[in-house]
Amino acid sequence: MPNLIEIKNIGKSYLKAGRNFRDTKVKVLKGVTFTIEEGLCVGLIGESGSGKSTLTRLILGLEKPDKGNGAILIKGLPVRQWIKANQGKMSVVFQDYTSSINPQYTVRETLEEPMRAMGHKGNLDGKIDVLLDKVSLSLDLKDRYAHELSGGQVQRVCIARAISTNPKFIVLDEAISSLDVSVQTQVLNLLHKLRLDMKMTYLFVAHDLQAVAHLCNKIVFLYRGEVVEEVMSWDLANAQNEYAKSLLASVIPFEV
Amino acid sequence: MSNLLAVRNLKVTDLRNQAEIIHGVSFELKKNSCLGIVGESGSGKSMTAKAMLGLTNPWLRSQGTAELSNEHGVLDLLQQDESTLRAIRGQRICMILQDAMSAFDPLAKIGSQMSETFIENKGICRSEARSMVLAALQMVNMPEPEQVLKKYSHQLSGGMLQRCMVATALAMKPDIIVADEPTTALDSINQRLVVEEFKLLRQETGTALIFISHDLGVVQHLADQVLVMRSGERVEYGEARSTFKNPQHEYTKYLIDSRLEMSKSFQKAMKRGAASA
Amino acid sequence: MAGFWTRFKADKMALVMAAFLGIVILLSLLAPLIAPYHPAHQDIANKFALPSAEHLLGTDQLGRDMLSRILWGGQITVLWSLATMFCTIGIGILLGVVAGYFRGWIDEVIMRFCDIMLSFPNEVLILAIIGVMGTGIFNILLAMVIAKWAWYVRMIRSIVIQFMDKNYICFAQVSGCSARHIINKHLLPGAMGEICVLATLDAGGIILNISALSFLGLGVQPPTAEWGMMLNEAKKVLTINPWQMLPPGFAIFLVVAAFNFLGDSIQEALDPQLDKSMKKRLSIFSRKKAVA
Repeated sequence: MPNLIEIKNIGKSYLKAGRNFRDTKVKVLKGVTFTIEEGLCVGLIGESGSGKSTLTRLILGLEKPDKGNGAILIKGLPVRQWIKANQGKMSVVFQDYTSSINPQYTVRETLEEPMRAMGHKGNLDGKIDVLLDKVSLSLDLKDRYAHELSGGQVQRVCIARAISTNPKFIVLDEAISSLDVSVQTQVLNLLHKLRLDMKMTYLFVAHDLQAVAHLCNKIVFLYRGEVVEEVMSWDLANAQNEYAKSLLASVIPFEV
Repeated sequence: MSNLLAVRNLKVTDLRNQAEIIHGVSFELKKNSCLGIVGESGSGKSMTAKAMLGLTNPWLRSQGTAELSNEHGVLDLLQQDESTLRAIRGQRICMILQDAMSAFDPLAKIGSQMSETFIENKGICRSEARSMVLAALQMVNMPEPEQVLKKYSHQLSGGMLQRCMVATALAMKPDIIVADEPTTALDSINQRLVVEEFKLLRQETGTALIFISHDLGVVQHLADQVLVMRSGERVEYGEARSTFKNPQHEYTKYLIDSRLEMSKSFQKAMKRGAASA
Repeated sequence: MAGFWTRFKADKMALVMAAFLGIVILLSLLAPLIAPYHPAHQDIANKFALPSAEHLLGTDQLGRDMLSRILWGGQITVLWSLATMFCTIGIGILLGVVAGYFRGWIDEVIMRFCDIMLSFPNEVLILAIIGVMGTGIFNILLAMVIAKWAWYVRMIRSIVIQFMDKNYICFAQVSGCSARHIINKHLLPGAMGEICVLATLDAGGIILNISALSFLGLGVQPPTAEWGMMLNEAKKVLTINPWQMLPPGFAIFLVVAAFNFLGDSIQEALDPQLDKSMKKRLSIFSRKKAVA
């Protein structure tokens, strides 16, 4: 399977205010390297503070990695260049659904925005109906505002917005972490179906191993800014790294 | 075994629009047992616990009875005035809230905040409080408790803060601890640590526990009885093991099935590893 | 944005305040046409007259008609204050949005300029500028804009920075929306509520500033009418003619209060969620009715 995204030796540091007027450089990511093959769903697991969110922002092109030998390449091109040349082909669904939609926009306006940014003019109602249907939402939610919808519904609207431009690649940044467990399962199943139907690639960032194992083909473990394990999801039991193994052991099973 | 806490027909009404939020919920908590309250967001789990303790907003009115037994008989929590309730909240029932990060004042050190709780509620002096805090942290197996005392809340992870909360509750030696979604904001490793903490708590002190969560796995791990809530109503209530094995209500079945589906792939992968080992 | 007007029109308080301020502005604009007397026309024999058919609001210490002076005074107090406010907000939005959105070196440069301006005490700066340029209402406006712009830039910049954290802005950036689109369609509408509140709160401050400067002799010169100055003249004759204080005092009070209420209403109308919670808050007052 060809590589869609190659992350090579990425480093990122932030300045942290230190004592005596000396700012310390905190290295959040140190030499991160892995690949995301086209058509796969790759899970990125790490606890808070591991650097997941920073890595996500770098992949989305919202920030630049430290200067050095590292680079993030999408089909051979540097991230920002690829995004400029392929507007709408990369999308994202965030964790915090309360700030994912402009509170002054209706569902219709939210879904129209990315399509309009791509240049579509005229009446987009037909396309919006198709999108809402794909994420199993009722069509009369079109004129509602975000605060009138439940968490699961808002997240589905965010997913509909993310797929509205027929992207090749979606970053799911803890997209289900804020939802109830029962709703999580439904949303994961929806994401799986959409990926197969629309032939997309996912990067699923999460801290819940069971959710990642449910959705992803390959799992990458991130610990304190470094990749410590890269394993296929059916091969989880054969993880070698100590941290990965302790994470696997900490999962609380549910059995009846 | 008699009931430590018996809640009968608890109703909560929003006085602003006369809407009933909690519709007549009843349950019991026996000594040394753990009751798990499960349900999705908006089911009224936290509201029920807060109504019991008089911690709801002023425009909500609670009706029904919540009888807490003491040496002299029973005390209806819903009929008590604020000062009695405050004493009960400090000494007999402790509540652990969901977001540990915001439960602590970011401007004060952990040690002083924990001591403050003890000084306020037990009326002891500062040095006694400090040794109590250290003992409490040691009881929850906190590494380097002396160091933790000197740190601020932003310097500790969510898991460690939650364990400090548990330690504070433990040291108060209450009859009941109410934990409201204590593991929801945590990642897997920290979740496991906190859950094990609660298990230890039950074994060592025999404190009764009311554990509120939307994660069935965690509740199954800890609870003896389980109460399933939806939209402010009690949907199912019974012994945990039998309820999870043979759910009576459709909704409980749905919750269980969703949770099982989520762990299916993971269990399969781990079993495959175990088989090939 | 269609929602904004629907909610605004549904809010009775908003409509009343907007109408009131609209009338005040209209009357001030039309003062030359509708004022019964010239504001500087003195009639010493008739000084300290109480309200009557000839002088609806009475006369002041020089026998000048209070009503006419209020109408003419509105031109300076209300219209020039508004002009000052719009100028400072305009600069504040321009530089604040640029600094907050783009960050980096642009932000640093703008912030350092602001630091310099903010290290001058307001009043001293205004006095210095007027000292150099001379007195007069236009110079006051200039002086106040120069003194206050840095404060607005800082406030608006911090509002913008809060918004930049929001996920829907990140999404717009990832989906390739231009900076102009994000600023016009997301940032400004979102921040407008808070900016309106800032503006309306400041309106009162500006009115008082202009009055203070007129009192010091650095602004409007007598016999030009201005509400603040009228208030100060009234103060001098408080024991002789207490009534004289009331027209300008009430005028200032009503206009400033109207600005504040209007600002609140605009903020609620812009935020669909706030609208709901306000209704909940108001219904607490009707609790008695509900329970009975």
